[in-house]
Amino acid sequence: MQRQIPLALCLIFGIFMMVQFFVPHPVSNAAYEIVLRWVRIIAIFALVLGVGSLVMHHSTKIKRKASGWPFSIVTLVAAIITAFVGLLGVNVVNGKLMFFAGIGKTSLLQILFQNIYIPVNSTMFAMLAFYMASAAYRAFRARTKEATLLLVAAFFVMLGMVPIGSAISPRLPEFAEWILSVPNLAAKRGIIFGIALGSIATSLKIILGIERGWLGGGK
Amino acid sequence: MGIFLIFLFLTNQFSPPTNVRAFDTPNDAGKSITITWSASTDSEIVGYQVFRCEPGKEMICVGTLSPFETQYVDERVNNGIEYSYQVVAYKIIGGDTIKVSSELSNPVKSSPQWFNLKRLNVLIGMAIFFTLILYFISHARRGKKLTIRRIAGLDAVEEAVGRATEMGKPILYVPGLSSVSDIATIAALNILAEVAKKTAQYETTLLVPNRDPIVFTVAREVVKEAYTSVGRPDVYKPDNIFFITDSQFAYAAAVDGIMVREKPATNFFLGMFWAESLILAETGATTGAIQIAGTDSIYQLPFFITACDYTLIGEELYAASAYLSREPLLLGSLVGQDYGKVVIVILLIIISILMLLSAKIPMLNVLHFLNIG
Repeated sequence: MQRQIPLALCLIFGIFMMVQFFVPHPVSNAAYEIVLRWVRIIAIFALVLGVGSLVMHHSTKIKRKASGWPFSIVTLVAAIITAFVGLLGVNVVNGKLMFFAGIGKTSLLQILFQNIYIPVNSTMFAMLAFYMASAAYRAFRARTKEATLLLVAAFFVMLGMVPIGSAISPRLPEFAEWILSVPNLAAKRGIIFGIALGSIATSLKIILGIERGWLGGGK
Repeated sequence: MGIFLIFLFLTNQFSPPTNVRAFDTPNDAGKSITITWSASTDSEIVGYQVFRCEPGKEMICVGTLSPFETQYVDERVNNGIEYSYQVVAYKIIGGDTIKVSSELSNPVKSSPQWFNLKRLNVLIGMAIFFTLILYFISHARRGKKLTIRRIAGLDAVEEAVGRATEMGKPILYVPGLSSVSDIATIAALNILAEVAKKTAQYETTLLVPNRDPIVFTVAREVVKEAYTSVGRPDVYKPDNIFFITDSQFAYAAAVDGIMVREKPATNFFLGMFWAESLILAETGATTGAIQIAGTDSIYQLPFFITACDYTLIGEELYAASAYLSREPLLLGSLVGQDYGKVVIVILLIIISILMLLSAKIPMLNVLHFLNIG
């Protein structure tokens, strides 16, 4: 029964969503909206479970003094402070703390978001440039035929995209463009076809209950 | 003076829009009427106004358009009420606006439709593809042997789990950063079930950090069921499948931290990824872990190919659960998928030839039928 109910729900809603795609009638759209609303409601409940998991995970790490446990204290303290300032609507007006004053520009939540969250997020994103350099170094070591091809193609594309490329030869930017719009695009389209068919086949298998991996597998 | 008045009268006369036709907008949810007309032959007109006429009410202007447009969709109508339309062309002479009206259009009622005919091609394509898949599944059910090509990344899963067991280190499994509504996430959860079965058998620690709360709850159930299905519920540790945060880069930072501190022997990055893909894969590469990645995001594939030992490209991600479980029914669907690709390639060749010929024979322009031309 524990397995049959999810499979039956999956079959019913899978077929419904498929049929809904072809039916523009308001009745169909209204039913679709109801399903989306339920998805949002379920997501909220799942978020509660997620926060519970976060607290449990880090509490256990602190208790066991596992590797990097002080970071868990930072995580929990940050989560509690953020929840506290958000729920109590803490605002800083003329240097004074005000409670239940919403989450506008003067709210502590916005101040934390603007001055801690965004800079930290940007820092992580900025690190991508360094990771790209190290990944490019690894990719461009021409150890195999494929890696050599990648190196040569990347060399021409990069050269064609900078002013010195057109200074060397006006044909270079054209060649770089050709690499991107012919062989590169052809390969991309091939992959996209495979992805589209694969996702349709996976959906069909899940709807019909043939693919049960999402339920942990088994019969 | 008389000559001037005659001149003014003559210059003010210009041809009105003709063939004004109103019809219920097809393939929609109703409350919409489309009006088309043939443009005025006067080259000096500056635009058109569309007027709606409803029984018992005054005629009102519902839209103003440029002189190059000959179609208007009125989306402020009610279903079941009869409307007619009039299109007015206007031009400006000496600061005065001169207008000329068309005939009143045919009366029309708006109504919702039960089938979107524009999606008929999708329906036909789906029907063909579903038939192929179901045929090969039934083929497999009858016990026929099906051959599928080797996928190196999936062959390496067993080796990767074995290596982690020998080294006494955990396995890190990242099921992508998308929600459960993304098919790549579902594929990642299907593979997680197979990986979890192997880790249960070898008693290897499996760490599954999650970004999405729903994916987290599903992942926990998947791992629990997998451990139970191989008879090892005793080694299942729910704390090892945990939620981190829904913030993209905070999640990437946390997973990087896990890789640096716990030094997993194997990292799986399967599912949907964005800019964090390289941050994760490069950090994993520096820790010396075997890395198996797979995504259907064509923009992240190059990063994974560069930084990981094995990469499942696009559809291989969806094939993984069938490949690992070797279940005949799932393998049957893989063969059906391949035949689907054959059908698409044949269609592409035929359409390309027809389109080349359509330069000489216009009726061969099949793109019109396919709703993409």
